[in-house]
Amino acid sequence: MRDFILKRAASLILPFIFVYGIYVILHGAVSPGGSFAGGIIVGLSFIAFSTIYGIEEGQAKLPEKVLVWTESYGTLWYGLMGMVGLGRGVPFLANKLAGVDPGTPGTLSSGGLIPLIGLGVGIRVASTFVTLFFTMMEEER
Amino acid sequence: MRVIKNLLLILLALLVAYAVIMTVAELPPYGQPDNPVHNQVAKRYIDEALEETGALNMVTSIVLDYRAYDTMFETIVLFTATLAVVITLKTGKGEGRRK
Repeated sequence: MRDFILKRAASLILPFIFVYGIYVILHGAVSPGGSFAGGIIVGLSFIAFSTIYGIEEGQAKLPEKVLVWTESYGTLWYGLMGMVGLGRGVPFLANKLAGVDPGTPGTLSSGGLIPLIGLGVGIRVASTFVTLFFTMMEEER
Repeated sequence: MRVIKNLLLILLALLVAYAVIMTVAELPPYGQPDNPVHNQVAKRYIDEALEETGALNMVTSIVLDYRAYDTMFETIVLFTATLAVVITLKTGKGEGRRK
């Protein structure tokens, strides 16, 4: 698809979709949504970009090096957040038990480790979807 | 010989169906407040999730705090799915990819 109208409309809408995905990931503890939903929205913004502008443009925006990096270290980040509990002498992935301040409910920093863990999950989900899409589209060519 | 085998298979199927139907008949009625599924776990989440995790969204507090192990291995499932697709589709190395 190399339509002029489609390209201009996508260039207007896609940045907002991307920022909205980041918003949903970060506000997982306060509002409906969460890291899985937000990660899919972020991944979808890249997938839509690649379908409209072509797979080469998409891979130029998100090189394979970045994808390999996020694929590999998303779960490791999750595990590192779990190690906070082990360092304080309480079980793995403990949150309030590990002495992390839960904060004021309703603010962005509430939930202790939950926003940080959610960031890792969101990055993992987004990179998984983009990697699956790129791999299958490359095979299609 | 074949008829006997088929009759035995039908008998086996009927036995399994009988066992399954009797199990379903033993289930507690749907949606009653004193069912065994409504135990202290759900009550604990509803009453104390906000206080114990500080997250307003109770689903997130369960998924990323109480059941954090589960979510961690869900991300590993995603990793395995990607790995399987990449191994299956990206054969060969670099530019020498299979055409």
